[in-house]
Parts: sequence; C-alpha cells; structure tokens
Amino acid sequence: MARMLPEPTPETRHFWEGCRDGELRLQRCTDCKHTYFPPRAFCPKCASREVEIYKASGKAILYSYVINHRPRPDMGTEPYAIAVVQLDEGPRMMTNIVGCPQTPEALVLDMPVQVHFAKQTDEISLPLFEPAKG
Amino acid sequence: MKPKSIAVVGAAETTRLGKIPDVSVIGLHADAALNAMKDAGLKPSDIDGVATAGISPVELAHYLGITPTYADGTSVGGCSFMLHVRHAAAAINEGLCKTVLITHGESGRSRVGAGGFGRAPSSLMGQFEMPYGVTSPPTMFTIPVLRYMKTYGVSEADLANVAVIQREWAAKNPRASFKDPITVDDVLNSPMIAWPFRMLMCCLVTDGGGALILTSAERAKDFPQKPVYILGTGESVETPMVSQMEDFTSSKAFRVSGKKAFEESGIKHADVDHLMIYDAFAHLPLYGLEDLGFVKPGEAKDFINERNTAIGGKLPLNTNGGGLSYMHSGMYGMYALQESVRQMRGTAAAQIEGAKISVAHGVGGMFAASGTVIFTNES
Repeated sequence: MARMLPEPTPETRHFWEGCRDGELRLQRCTDCKHTYFPPRAFCPKCASREVEIYKASGKAILYSYVINHRPRPDMGTEPYAIAVVQLDEGPRMMTNIVGCPQTPEALVLDMPVQVHFAKQTDEISLPLFEPAKG
Repeated sequence: MKPKSIAVVGAAETTRLGKIPDVSVIGLHADAALNAMKDAGLKPSDIDGVATAGISPVELAHYLGITPTYADGTSVGGCSFMLHVRHAAAAINEGLCKTVLITHGESGRSRVGAGGFGRAPSSLMGQFEMPYGVTSPPTMFTIPVLRYMKTYGVSEADLANVAVIQREWAAKNPRASFKDPITVDDVLNSPMIAWPFRMLMCCLVTDGGGALILTSAERAKDFPQKPVYILGTGESVETPMVSQMEDFTSSKAFRVSGKKAFEESGIKHADVDHLMIYDAFAHLPLYGLEDLGFVKPGEAKDFINERNTAIGGKLPLNTNGGGLSYMHSGMYGMYALQESVRQMRGTAAAQIEGAKISVAHGVGGMFAASGTVIFTNES
C-alpha cells in the first residue's frame, strides 16, 4: 500500500520543492524576524506579508513522541515512532525518526537529530530525522 | 453573560448507551432529544432554537419538525456542546429565541449512518502530520505527553492511576460500560497502543447521545425539573495540529476557556463542589486540573495520587466514570455536561451530597479547542 503523501498547495509548494531538492526551507518575517512553520504567506506573529524563504540548518532535538503499536496499513507492520522535533531555528514539526530502533531506550527526549530526506515520488520527499552524527 | 440568567430545564441521554447497532447517528440525536423534551415537558413546537455538532442543525431541525429562529452548527470536536451552551445563553439573553435544544448522537462503535474519519491530503494536517503515520486520536492526542512527563517527573504509573480512580467512580454507576475494579498493574499490563499509552489509559468507543434544553431563568421556574443555572462560560481554540501546540505541557485553549468561565461566574476554585474534565485519555485530567487553576503546573499527579479527586475526596472528578470507563462515543463533552446537571439536580448515580457548584470542562480535537460551563443549583 502506497504511503499517504502530502498534496502541496500554492502556499506550501516551496517547502515540498525544497524537500525534493534536499533543503529544509522555513519562512521568516522580514519585519519582525520571526521564523515560523507550517508555511503561509504572512507572519503569524505580526501579520506582515513581507516574508522570505530560507534554508534551515536541518538540525533539531527530539521534543516528544509516541511509538505507534498499531501501524497504519501504509506504514508497514512494525511499531514506529511518531515524533515532534524542535528545529534549531525555533519551530516544531511532526516527523518520523529513522536510523535507530523504535524503542524508548533509543529515543531519548532532547537528543540531537538531523534531517534526512526520504524520497517517496519524483515530487515528494518527506523530511524525516535521524540521530545526529558526530 | 449575566450569572444565573439562563437555566437547563431539560437533560437526558439516549435510552441506551454502549452498543446500539439498530440506531443510526441521527436516530441517536432524536432519541436523546425526545428524552430531553419529555424531561422538560415540551414538544418540538415549543423549541425555537437548535444547536448540534456532527450533523448539521438543519438536519436536526427538519428531522424533529422544529422551525427555529436560532441555529448553531459550531463543530470544534467533543467540546462543541459546551460552546453551544455558551452561545445559546447569549442568544436567549439577546432575544434571538426562547428555548434552545442542544443534541449529540454518535454511532462511535457500531458506525451506523456515520461518516468517515479523514483529512484532505492538501489540508495542513494532511501535509504536515498524516504522512508520518498518525492514525486516530491515540496517536495524536498523546504526542505532547512525554514532554509533560519529563518536565514534571510524571511516571507511567501516575497516568495509570488516573484510570484506576475513575474506575472506582464507574463502579457506582449502573450505566457505566466498565465497572470492575482495576489496579495500576492492570493498566500497565494492558495492551500497548501508542507508547507510553496502554489500552486502559485510552477512552472507550461506544454508541450513544445526549440532549439539553435551555431557557431563561425566569421561565425555568415553571418547568417540572429543578432548574440548573449557568454561572459562567468560556471557550477558545488553539490549533488543528497537535504538533503546533504552543506549549506541550499545557493547553492554551484550556487556560483561556477556564479563566473566562471563572471570571464570568465570580466564584473561586475552592467554591467548586464537583468537576468534570473531558478524559479522552488519562493525561487529560492532569492537564485540566492544572490549566483550570485547581493546582499549580506539575502538581496534578500528586493531587490525584493523594485521592483528592476520588470518592470521599475534596474535589470529586469525573464521577460518572468518565470517557475512560463510563462511555465515549467520540464527542464526549455532552456526557460531561449531563453528569454536571445530574449532580446539580441531585440525581447522579454517585451523588455528591450537598453539591452546589459544578464545573464541566471539555476538549475538542487534539487540544484543538475547549469549552467550560459552570453550573449551580442555587437561584
């Protein structure tokens, strides 16, 4: 079964194009400098429409998660973590943690993680995270 | 609103709760509505305001033969009915209508005439949460909890004890789905759903419904039941995506809604005799006790472990057994309101002697929305 994938809208296309091209793109208000997520055409803090897109570091910490023991059919048959990471730039986003066992012992809150783009189709790569190297 | 200007004059649940494979969603709405109208001594032609969630108020009005001058279709999840109460109070005071019927019905378990659960892949949730394998509430509502547990040193046993104490209340309630006593070990050994959540930390999935009828306090005196007055109300919404909650250890919608209701009512926390906090999962009462201001952040687990919310405690909480043991059709807020009304009427299965003030606090979505209603039986 094919994995459930996002359908970009005009307001979010830059984000998904970035993931496809190997860049995690965030938006920042050029008036108040606030960085935010998910994407939209204005700053949710000050309502300014003067916003810019920039490449984020891809670095984050593991903020919270659950380990789903009743896998969704498109996600395989093994338990998997559904996580929220806090990006170094401030915003939090939902993701999966890959490259380590899906156990409480391996998934420790506040551990450093880094983005890993997982290609799904020619258009969509998902921004997953893995334990930071080095 | 002006405290005590509006009263509940009709309140009832569906004739049956639990597994009702022979009644559809709209049939459950109607069954609850007919029971509430009988309770209030009213006919559909006496109702001039309707409010509901899950189905449209148009469907409800037409099905029951009501011609309203006020219709509210606010649908923000399981606390929608708290918001309906609040809006109805304002509408009656403003003269938009005189008598409002609020209904809930859901075929959560049997799925008779029920819609699906899904999000468009182009919605924000469809783009930024669904791809990561979230399924239903057990994998979404629970996501902030590890952060809460780390921040305040809350253990899995603390979460389990919430379910244990609520089962003690359920044991006193003949209509509760689960009545047999459980221990912390039973909860911690129940099947894993989404770590750290075990099955007995998650709510039931059942069929049922409920309805309320509100009118002005002045008119309420002429109705057959003892009026239950509304002292204060609050509501708020935060985010459709749990991953975007401002603070994983506290719900902004809870804080805003609770504060508004307490301010409006003019009461202090110590005045509250009975409390309902929508418990879709075991962490909700912890967040609720703290965000409503009954205890300070991080203190809820000890407050519960010291049995303050248990039978004989100073703040009886979720006395029907809650979503964890009584019933949970999907939008449980209506049942929290029903138990508050029963406590104020003096007709609850686990009646709190002499209770004069009851707070019913609801959540919608995954910490997405909130509504609070404070009741009293003193005019």
